[in-house]
Amino acid sequence: MDYILEVKDLRKEFKNFTIDDISFKLEPGYIMGFIGPNGAGKSTTIKLIMNLLKKDGGEIKIFGKDHVKYEKEIKDRIGFVYDENYYYEDLTINQMKSIVAPFYSRWDNNQFNYYIKEFDLNPRVKIKTLSKGMKMKFSLAIALSHHADLIIMDEPTSGLDPVFRREILDILYNIIQDDTKSIFFSTHITTDLEKIADYITFINEGKVVFSKSKDEILESYAIVKGGTDLLDENTRKQFIGLRETKVGFEGLTDNLNNIKSTFGNKVLIEKASLEDIMVYSVRGKEYVRDY
Amino acid sequence: MKIIISNSSDEPIYEQISKQIKGMILKGELKEGDLLPSIRGLARDLQISVITTKRAYDELEKEGFIETVQGKGSFVAAQNKELMKEKKLKIIEEKLVEVVEESKLLGLSYEEIEEMLKILFEEV
Repeated sequence: MDYILEVKDLRKEFKNFTIDDISFKLEPGYIMGFIGPNGAGKSTTIKLIMNLLKKDGGEIKIFGKDHVKYEKEIKDRIGFVYDENYYYEDLTINQMKSIVAPFYSRWDNNQFNYYIKEFDLNPRVKIKTLSKGMKMKFSLAIALSHHADLIIMDEPTSGLDPVFRREILDILYNIIQDDTKSIFFSTHITTDLEKIADYITFINEGKVVFSKSKDEILESYAIVKGGTDLLDENTRKQFIGLRETKVGFEGLTDNLNNIKSTFGNKVLIEKASLEDIMVYSVRGKEYVRDY
Repeated sequence: MKIIISNSSDEPIYEQISKQIKGMILKGELKEGDLLPSIRGLARDLQISVITTKRAYDELEKEGFIETVQGKGSFVAAQNKELMKEKKLKIIEEKLVEVVEESKLLGLSYEEIEEMLKILFEEV
């Protein structure tokens, strides 16, 4: 199997934070969502992939090639959307485009103009006058206009309203109609991913919690609700995360069989959302007291 | 072709898709040789992941309902008539089991259901 993006034992040490042996793989034709709380290391990992930060250890291959050795060739085939604006604020959209376009061998001006129109951007206004959402749209238009085979985006949907987020999903679906292209994007808005992502990589405190197909994840976790009288030292251990209050508990499990044999039909079992899985895995167990 | 997915259902999405396509084949709405939507096109239209759609098609293929030709797409497979009848009978049986279970919950007797069925048989 050839992977379009392969990260193996990636390591980067900072003074008080470490990216610790991160590994995951993405095949052509699929979408991977990269999730985790703020400060988990998502942006750092993406910067390491793009070689904007130097890694301390591990291996990153894009299109099967080392990402540093073949950097120029690889970046020509990547559409990259940053989470912050890296364009010259005093230039207009059109001027900035003219600077960026020559870097790409497959730049497509018609495609760019199509997106600018589709996104309601005025090409003659200065970048500094654009709102956060409009800057993101401009970044997207650039990333999507050179026939990239891999789209990498850092928080592309943050700062965007739900209407435009849906629009982006449609654009992404259109990209992967071609089964040689892939998309990798980080986000903390998990509802977007619940629809489109084939794979989810979840990181926390610089480590991978899991990297699996979304269906597999959503089928293996469940939310359990019940009265606090059911909880004791032993039964609490069966939960990954737990929220206890005066009126009951809600917990996350990845072992439904155990839960069923312990509690029988005394608890309510529901499907867990990606958000539930993220929140309970990060927060662990807590008791909510009156303030 | 109509496929409707419920996000709040307990039934996995891939199963909802394969069940609905199976139903269309059994009812004859989809016939032998009919082309199904592409996996990626269907994922987009239903706003679900490619893997989920693929899984639904894999199930259908395993059960012999569809055939996939590399580069051409997925088609409704030729159905064995005897087998089809058996499958349909099985569906009826499953539905009757549901009726029996519901009736027992309500405390209905066998005679009461028989009476209901008799009326329905003449009306429908």
